[in-house]
Amino acid sequence: MKITLKVWRQKNAQDKGGFKTYQLDDVSPDMSFLEMFDVLNEQILKKGEDPVHFDHDCREGICGTCSMYINGKPHGPKQTTTCQLHMRSFSDGDTIVVEPWRAQAFPVVKDLVVNRSSFDRVIQAGGYVSVNTGGVPDANEIPIPKKIADEAFDSATCIGCGACVAACKNASAMLFVSAKVSQLAMLPQGQVERKTRVEKMVAQMDEEGFGACSNTGACSAECPKEISLENIARLNREYLKAKSSSDNV
Amino acid sequence: MKLDSKIPEGPIAEKWSKHKFNVKLVNPANKRKYDIIVVGTGLAGASAAASFGELGYNVKAFCFQDSPRRAHSIAAQGGINAAKNYQNDGDSIFRLFYDTVKGGDYRSREGNVYRLAEVSVDIIDQCVAQGVPFAREYGGLLANRSFGGAQVSRTFYARGQTGQQLLLGAYSALSRQVSNGKVKMYTRSEMLDLVMVDGKARGIVTRNLITGEIESHSAHAVVLATGGYGNVFYLSTNAMGSNATAAWRAHKKGALFANPCYTQIHPTCIPVSGDHQSKLTLMSESLRNDGRVWVPKDKADSEKIRKGQLKPTDLPEDKRDYYLERRYPSFGNLVPRDVASRNAKYVCDEGRGVSTTGLAVYLDFADAIKRDGRAAIEGKYGNLFDMYQQITGDNPYETPMKIYPAVHYTMGGLWVDYNLMTNVDGLYAIGEANFSDHGANRLGASALMQGLADGYFVIPYTIGDYLAKMPYDKVSTDHEAFKEAESRVKEINDKLLRIKGNRTVDEFHKALGHIMWEYCGMSRNEEGLKKAKTEIQKLRKEFWEDVNVLGTNEELNQSLEKANRVADFLELGELMVEDALNRSESCGGHFREESQTEEGEAKRKDDEFSYVAAWEYKGPEAPEELHKEDLVFENVKLTQRSYK
Repeated sequence: MKITLKVWRQKNAQDKGGFKTYQLDDVSPDMSFLEMFDVLNEQILKKGEDPVHFDHDCREGICGTCSMYINGKPHGPKQTTTCQLHMRSFSDGDTIVVEPWRAQAFPVVKDLVVNRSSFDRVIQAGGYVSVNTGGVPDANEIPIPKKIADEAFDSATCIGCGACVAACKNASAMLFVSAKVSQLAMLPQGQVERKTRVEKMVAQMDEEGFGACSNTGACSAECPKEISLENIARLNREYLKAKSSSDNV
Repeated sequence: MKLDSKIPEGPIAEKWSKHKFNVKLVNPANKRKYDIIVVGTGLAGASAAASFGELGYNVKAFCFQDSPRRAHSIAAQGGINAAKNYQNDGDSIFRLFYDTVKGGDYRSREGNVYRLAEVSVDIIDQCVAQGVPFAREYGGLLANRSFGGAQVSRTFYARGQTGQQLLLGAYSALSRQVSNGKVKMYTRSEMLDLVMVDGKARGIVTRNLITGEIESHSAHAVVLATGGYGNVFYLSTNAMGSNATAAWRAHKKGALFANPCYTQIHPTCIPVSGDHQSKLTLMSESLRNDGRVWVPKDKADSEKIRKGQLKPTDLPEDKRDYYLERRYPSFGNLVPRDVASRNAKYVCDEGRGVSTTGLAVYLDFADAIKRDGRAAIEGKYGNLFDMYQQITGDNPYETPMKIYPAVHYTMGGLWVDYNLMTNVDGLYAIGEANFSDHGANRLGASALMQGLADGYFVIPYTIGDYLAKMPYDKVSTDHEAFKEAESRVKEINDKLLRIKGNRTVDEFHKALGHIMWEYCGMSRNEEGLKKAKTEIQKLRKEFWEDVNVLGTNEELNQSLEKANRVADFLELGELMVEDALNRSESCGGHFREESQTEEGEAKRKDDEFSYVAAWEYKGPEAPEELHKEDLVFENVKLTQRSYK
């Protein structure tokens, strides 16, 4: 396959950046999208130019590191991570436009690499159950109905890639935050801190500069792990409940 | 050098309790006076850093990823073992211990392994308390499955994403300590040297991967939780960034490297599709519970399949060779990983492999679908089948999967004693980075167990014993030892940037991987290993003359990151070969063709090789010195493995 790439190049956070066009003549349909970028970078290196920097690690669709905005969609045309996107999803002669995630809370570091540490800070604000190592009850002393465990699991599968933010016209992080809030709100282990957790995480999300949610659902439609919009509804309920009742009830 | 494993005296079931009582404790008010560095934030590193923070120590944690949640533990699929015996099927701590020693082909330490089995039960409790959503039965209790041929169901799992859920649990505990101010997190930071002061590990030098700044960090102890070195092979199931640099540079500062030749090759991975291949994807071993492995009986049929003239589904039963079921009637498709991998290699070497490369065998679910129905198979393996289809474009419900072995895990690593301390005072290694618990072969679902055992339940006790005997005084990063290490790191970076040769880092990495896979992979022999040694030496020389690393140090420079890692792989690869040469027996994942039974199975030589091979670095281009730690078995009787 012959592919034309228009890739966002930006030397560093201060640089203005812009698109650069590259030609690839020998792309195999079996390559993953990132392997196609490996080939591109080898070609660029041979010319003595700086390769395109992009984030990637496990290449199995689970670590959430890869983050390209491909033809106007986070992770490209399929509902999967960029590393699991293969060139057979494109046609010979295609032109593909590749940009970094665009969001105020995800500043560009270089080329296609962005800084997503805002997600870590949201989790640090309360995305946990406050138990220390040791001194916990036997695992089977907390029976959990299978249906609830499965639902909590569905929320817990979020990989923190940030596609939801990139897909959203407001760059809202509601899907990401709601997935973690939901997981712990559904499980008995999360009950003790249920109210404070949602309040703190939402406050941190706002402080990081993520936009508001207007329920268009692009986040869930683009989420490679198919995190459901129900999580956002649950987050809204949890937040309202927390705000409208006292912790001393 | 005398290697002292410091295994406590007494009956095996009492060693750990006694040891916990005997170790010195640090007074709660004094813990804040001690600083601990943890490098790596996978299961072992994140759980250790969080637990240290909870105890009151000051922790600095480092990872090269952009977030601690992305460490490669996240990719583990199958599950985590624990001797809970929730299924009432005869499991016990002793049985898990016994299975692990046997599975490791009697090349691990009894004391360490028993402790691992003992604390395994606490891990599950801990993870559930954190909100890890393990699979459950309708009654609300935890579900288990049998894994990797174990005779009991002791594996806890969270669909095919157990590693992810456990890591997110440890990451949440770590995040809590970050917000409490007890852990300072350094992301996108790579450790490039260990700093020793008065013979003790007192800090590290890192490179900030965004700015290129070379930074010094001082502490009272350094814990390496930096994972394994499978990426020496270039193609492996490891993440692209997984590397051995931290461990290797510690090795060059005096830490012994143990059993480097013990690598695990996983039998069920998606085969290589072409030269562009950057990594291999594992398909969970649980697939072998229902899938049947076969190749055509006749070479001619394989050839037709490779050329696309024949579909596997059209090949009649009597022309198929279910070779695992044929050779191992009692274990069948569930033989251990090394046996399954080696047999796949043999049938492909005979020319009976399938797929265009000829390097693949079938894993067929047709019978299972016929027996249990498509819905049942979908329920068990749906996400794996989807993943397979996404990568290969084939539908495994309709045509058999193609699989081939790939490098997956490294049992070798830094030598540690019972306290998980290396031979360097104050330097610890935990998780896959150490060598201690899996012997020559790791059982399925035991990697997650070891990472969390070390991090949550072992090192929080043993590190106190060391710190309690240490003065509170901090070493300033202005100390000449830090300055020396910084300048050495800068010197290496400058050198790499100055060469401006003709070949990219990846080209060297691929070449090294090819040598390792060819001569130090599933099957090894003296002649091949000697050849590999010469070729690696030659390649390393070429690397330092002809590698091309562009850009500068003072920016995000992924070529420079890779160049440092590959430079270290080029040295570690040679040590792996050296160790494989020295160990002229077959054991576990290490198969020496010279040492096999009449039936072609691995044959140990217990009289000669019942020891841990720990290697000491002796300077650039000098041969490493071998130290032996004899293995003593008091509770498990050594037998030759047989899966017939």
